[in-house]
Amino acid sequence: MIEIRWHGRGGQGAKTVAQLLAAAALRGGLWAQAFPEYGPERSGAPVRAFTRLDRREIRLHCGVYQPDIVVVLDPTLLDSKEVGVLEGLKRHGVLVVNSPKSSEELREQIKFSGRIVALDANRLAREAGTRFANVVLLGALAALLPEEISLSDVEEELQLTMRDKPKALEANLAALRAGFYALRRQQEPEVLVC
Amino acid sequence: MALKMLEREERTLLTGAEAAAHAMRQLRPAVVPVYPITPQTPIIETFAQFVADGLVDTEIINVESEHSAMSAAVGASCAGARVLTATSSQGLALMLEICYIASAMRCPIGMAVGSRALSGPINIHCDHSDSMMARDAGWIQIFCENAQEAYDLSVVGQRLAEDGRVLLPVMTIQDGFTITHSAEPVALLPDDAVAEFVGEYQALYPLLDTDHPTTQGPFALPDYYFEIKRQQVDAMANVGGVWSELQEEFAKLSGRYYRGVFEAYKLDDADYVYVILGATAGTAKVAIDRLRRQRKRVGLLKLWLFRPFPAREIAQALQGRKAVAILDRALSLGSWGPLYSEISAALNAISARPVLYNYIYGLGGRDIRPEQLMSIVNDLECEANADVQRFIGLRE
Repeated sequence: MIEIRWHGRGGQGAKTVAQLLAAAALRGGLWAQAFPEYGPERSGAPVRAFTRLDRREIRLHCGVYQPDIVVVLDPTLLDSKEVGVLEGLKRHGVLVVNSPKSSEELREQIKFSGRIVALDANRLAREAGTRFANVVLLGALAALLPEEISLSDVEEELQLTMRDKPKALEANLAALRAGFYALRRQQEPEVLVC
Repeated sequence: MALKMLEREERTLLTGAEAAAHAMRQLRPAVVPVYPITPQTPIIETFAQFVADGLVDTEIINVESEHSAMSAAVGASCAGARVLTATSSQGLALMLEICYIASAMRCPIGMAVGSRALSGPINIHCDHSDSMMARDAGWIQIFCENAQEAYDLSVVGQRLAEDGRVLLPVMTIQDGFTITHSAEPVALLPDDAVAEFVGEYQALYPLLDTDHPTTQGPFALPDYYFEIKRQQVDAMANVGGVWSELQEEFAKLSGRYYRGVFEAYKLDDADYVYVILGATAGTAKVAIDRLRRQRKRVGLLKLWLFRPFPAREIAQALQGRKAVAILDRALSLGSWGPLYSEISAALNAISARPVLYNYIYGLGGRDIRPEQLMSIVNDLECEANADVQRFIGLRE
């Protein structure tokens, strides 16, 4: 099983990408679960969402405590003690961060010994014509995850979700691909095992 | 009866709330009186969207409170309509007065419940205190482990409620947030298959049948009140048999067989048994698999039906076990947990009575993990004192 924790702020779409990834995984033949964490709902407040992926039926209905992957949608959350983006992250886990900094600079900043994937998702989103970095990071995860998660399945789910907003859909598809190919270009992706 | 599961089902990623709303759409209710409350709101929100999109022809009545929602439900049901609604927590508390009237008037209203803690202190998260508060209201109560069950058992539950041998209202209960707001793969049946399975609702004495006028809901004094209550007792007694009948039929339709009134997971050779309602049963299956790898003979009894309480079947299943851990996600302050009391009473019928342990967990949405469930077996194995109520995951 792969467990993913998404950190964002209310309104940045952490819950949406957590669900989109699960839906794409389902298309690819995996079992999947996605759920947000609910507290007082305020725009801008730190929020968390979760995705579980497995080749077998997922029966767990508890929280995620030791994620394999943590995705940080908003770099201002990195230094927050209350949010604790590294909390429980497995030693050999992957930290994916939306940041203009390099992974070395981020390692220095947050002292994580595992793999750090840095991606300037804000810039990539802007270039694609949207202000939402969440979809860029979703694209990056599609590149990191096992073969069952394909770019085309994520694209199809995005199309389904945004079928009433053709203009925003174009920009989001471009943002998704930008995230996916940024990672494919960066390095030979290490395929995680379910 | 062995039924082959479908080889490859088409599944959609849905939250439990969306799954319940799809069941409502396919059940084609004539009237749905609603009042929003967290965490039930996405159920009626999704359903209202289906109505607005023209996918189902339903009169939605937006009322000013849950008391009015249930009152309108009773009125519409007496008029002859299939009526569905949904609620949680304080909403169910506010409805409760009319819930007793719905069952006494034999209105087969279907209600989705997103189970949530009762105030106070005020809290929006899951426990079963709302559903347990309503356990004596004369409704059938079905607890669901996941979104798939929330869908399937809403469909079966409605036909059960409307069966002539039953005619009782039904609550299909899913854990608030844990299931209502969690997206999982769900296999939906075709619309026409559900329509055919559940059929049209034909009320026995519809108020709108003006050619045959009836009086409904009149005063019943000491001369008749008791007999009317006795009829409800008989109706409840019929539920188990009708449930089994309908589940066999539903299995042929869906490939999913809810056999018996509870799910027995690795129960056959188990010395130690956990009894659980709702979503935590799924987490417990993971815990039990891990314990089995440590060669511990542990099994799970997950109840679908809590009302009527399947006492005889449970007594049979628990007879001769060494110990049973009964997990309650609600308190009955000043006594044991509600589920514990039921099981304790049920076991009076057998001689080889296991030792019973009562655990309270998850109040107000406190999470419960497989490791916590696994540690329970230590109490059972070392024959710890069973005369005290225990609390899981509580800071003391």
